[in-house]
Amino acid sequence: MAFSALTEKYSGKMGTLTIGSGDQAVTVGGQATMPFATFDGELPNKPLIAMEVYDVVDPEWPAAVVDPFKDVINDPIAWAKKNISEYGAKAICLQLASTDPNGENKDAAYAADLVGKMLAAIDVPLLVWGSGNVEKDAEVLAKVCEVNEGKNLLVGPAVEENYKKIAAACLGYGHAVVSQSPIDVNMAKQMNILISNLGLPMEKIIMEPSTGALGYGVEYSYSVMERISLAALAQNDDKMQAPIINDLGKECWKAREVKLTEEEEPSFGPDMEKRGVLWEATTGIDMLLSGSNLLIMRNPKAVKLVEECIDELMA
Amino acid sequence: MGLTGIQIFKLLPKTNCKECGSPTCLAFAMALAGGKAELDKCPYVSDEAKATLSEASAPPIRGVKIGEKKIGEELVFYRHEKTFINPTAIACLVTDEMDDAEVDAKINNLNTVTFERVGLELSADLLAIRNASGDAGKFEALVKKALGATEKGLILMSDNVDALEAGAKAANGKGALLYAATADNCDKVAAIAKENGASVVAKGGSVEEVSNFTSKIVAAGVKDIVLDCGATDLKSMFYNDNQVRRAALKAKNRDLGFPTIDLICDMTDDPYKEAMLANVAIAKYAGIIVMSDIDKERMLPLFVQRLNIYTDPQRPMVMDEGIYEINKPGPDSPVIITTNFALTYFIVAAEIEASRVPTWLLIMDVEGMSVLTAWSAGKFVADAMAPFVVKSGIKDKISHNKIIIPGYVAQISGEFQEELGSEWEVVIGTREASDLPAFLKAL
Ligand code: SF4
Repeated sequence: MAFSALTEKYSGKMGTLTIGSGDQAVTVGGQATMPFATFDGELPNKPLIAMEVYDVVDPEWPAAVVDPFKDVINDPIAWAKKNISEYGAKAICLQLASTDPNGENKDAAYAADLVGKMLAAIDVPLLVWGSGNVEKDAEVLAKVCEVNEGKNLLVGPAVEENYKKIAAACLGYGHAVVSQSPIDVNMAKQMNILISNLGLPMEKIIMEPSTGALGYGVEYSYSVMERISLAALAQNDDKMQAPIINDLGKECWKAREVKLTEEEEPSFGPDMEKRGVLWEATTGIDMLLSGSNLLIMRNPKAVKLVEECIDELMA
Repeated sequence: MGLTGIQIFKLLPKTNCKECGSPTCLAFAMALAGGKAELDKCPYVSDEAKATLSEASAPPIRGVKIGEKKIGEELVFYRHEKTFINPTAIACLVTDEMDDAEVDAKINNLNTVTFERVGLELSADLLAIRNASGDAGKFEALVKKALGATEKGLILMSDNVDALEAGAKAANGKGALLYAATADNCDKVAAIAKENGASVVAKGGSVEEVSNFTSKIVAAGVKDIVLDCGATDLKSMFYNDNQVRRAALKAKNRDLGFPTIDLICDMTDDPYKEAMLANVAIAKYAGIIVMSDIDKERMLPLFVQRLNIYTDPQRPMVMDEGIYEINKPGPDSPVIITTNFALTYFIVAAEIEASRVPTWLLIMDVEGMSVLTAWSAGKFVADAMAPFVVKSGIKDKISHNKIIIPGYVAQISGEFQEELGSEWEVVIGTREASDLPAFLKAL
C-alpha cells in the first residue's frame, strides 16, 4: 500500500497569552495542532521557559541545585539578572517563598515592593508565584497586582479557594492569572469558567493542571494535558482554550532520585548533578510533549536541554 | 477484526447451508465481524478467504520479539485512550572497533544497571552489535563473545551481508534482529533471517522508501520486521515515528504495520542530549532506541520515564501492603499510616526521607486508591484500618503507642481511636505531604 503522509486538522485552536509589556512582551499558545506537530498546522509561538528565583531558599537544597547560583542565592534580583545574562533566561518567575506563614511569613507590602524592584531590574517578562498558602497568597498576590499596576505580570496560582481575590486584582490592575486545578480535566475547565465569570477574558488566563514530577505523577499531568489539548483543538471547547503552564522546578528537585547520595542509594550512581538535571529536563520535555506552553524551571543546564529540543522540533 | 460484515460476506460461499450454525452466510459474516463466531465453523470457506480474514484480524502494528523482549502491538496515539502496551526497548551499542575493555564495560552496564520500583525491576533490554570494522570475522567474533556475556536479546548491525550472515549464524535460535535490509539487499537479508530464526530491520531514507519493500520481506517468509525510516535528528525522528503510527492505525497500511527503531546513538555525541532524544522517542512511538551507554545517572530518569508513560492509566500502580522502614527507624520512631496507591507512597516516602526523621510507614492495601478516594469508597476507614494495624505487627517494633493518620482523614480519628482501643493514641498528621518534614521534626 502506497504511503502518503497523513495530517490532522482540528476545528479549534488554543488561545494565546501575552506576558510583560512593550518590547519585552512575549506571547505563548495559539497552536492549531498537538505539540510540535509542525507537519499538521500552525504553531505560531514557541513554548517559553521561565527560570525561577526564590526570595528565600531551603537550606537543605542539594549542591546540584545551589551551585549554579551560589554567589547570588540570597539576592533574588541578582539571581534573576544572572539567569538572564549568563543563562539566557527568556522570562523570570519570582517564587515568593518567604511569604509562607509556616516560614518567614513576610508580608504583602514586602512582596509587592520586591516585585517592583525586580521589574525595574530585568528586561524580560515576569511571573510572580505565591507560596502555595491559600489565604496568604490571596492577600500577597492582590497587593502585588495593585502596587505594580499595568505591568502585565503573570500571577498565580489562583485556586478554587482564593481565585476571586487574585483574579479580581489581575482584572483591576492589568495582569494575567494562573488558574490552578487538581489534576483533572473537568476541574481545569471549571476554574476557567469561574475566573472568566469574574470578567477576566480567556486571553488573560493560563492553566496549571497540577504538575507531577517524573516518578511522582508525571503521567497523570501528561494525560490530563493531552485531554485538555484535544478538547481545545478537536472539540473546539472555548473554555479549554487557555494555554498551559507547569510549575515543575520545585517538584523535580525534591525527588528522592535527585536528593539521595550514592552512599544512601548506591544503585542511583555518583553524579548527582547529572541525575538532577535530567530529572528536571525529562519532566520538562514530557510537559511540552503533552501540551504545555510555559514551563517554570530551575537548573540552567536542564533549561538549555529543553530549549534545544524546542528549537529543533520547531525548526 | 478489521473487516465489516459485508466485506466478510463477500468472501463466504453464499450457499446458506447452515452448517456453521447460522441461518445464512450473511448472518455468519455478521457474527464474525462482531467477534461472536469462529471462522472454523464454516467447512467450505476457501484457503484464500481464510488468509484474507486472518490477515485482517491481525493487530495493526505487529508484535515483534527480540530475544525475550517484545515490542509493537500498540493500538492508540494517546495513552489515555487505552494504554500503551509494550514499552520501548532500550538497547546499548557496542562495535567491533572498540577495545575489549570498552565492550566489557558496556555489556557490564547493560547487565547490571537496574533499579527497583513498585516491585518491578527496571533495566535495559538489548545489545546492539555494530560491524564498524567492515570485517566479517571480527564481527562474528564479537557476536560470539556477546552471546557468552549477556542474556539480553541482540541486534546485529552490518552493511556487509556476509558479515550479517556470519553473525546471524552465530546467534542462530536466539531471536536476534538483523540490521538492516535495504531496498537493494532485502531478498538476501530476508533469506538469512529466515534461515537463522531472526527478525529484520527494513531500512530506508524515508517512510515512503521503507514502505515500498517491507512486503518483499514478508513474501520471503519473514514477518517480524522493524522499521528504520532514516531519521538522523530529533525532528526527523519525531516525524517518522508519528507518520508510521498514523499509517498503521489510521490508514491501516500493512506495509508500515511494524514497530520502529531509532539509532539515537548516531544522532548526537552529547550524552545529555542523547537522553533527551530518548525521552521523546519513548513518549512518541519508538519501538526500540539504541543508546551509546547504559549508565546509572541517565538510565534512572529514562527508565522511570518509560515506566510512567507505559503505565496503564486505568490501573493505578500499587505498593505491597506492609511496614516500610524509612531512615532506619527504631522503637521510638513515629508510625505513619497511608494507602498503597504508589504515587501516595512515593510522595510521602520522599518527604519522610528528606526530613531524615527515622519513621515507620504503614502501607495499607486499598486497591491503589489515594487517601481521600479510599476514604470515600469506605476502604480507608476506621473499622478496616484498625485490624490492619493490629495484623501488621508494628506494635512489636515500637515502644510507644502513637499512630499518625493523614490530615485529609482527620474526621475518622475518633472512630479509629475507638476501634484501636486504649493501647493506641491516634494523632492527626498533615494534609499535604510537603508539610511532613516540619511536622515530624516538631514531634
Ligand atoms: S457454513 Fe459456510 S457456507 Fe454454510 S451457511 Fe455457514 S457460512 Fe454459509
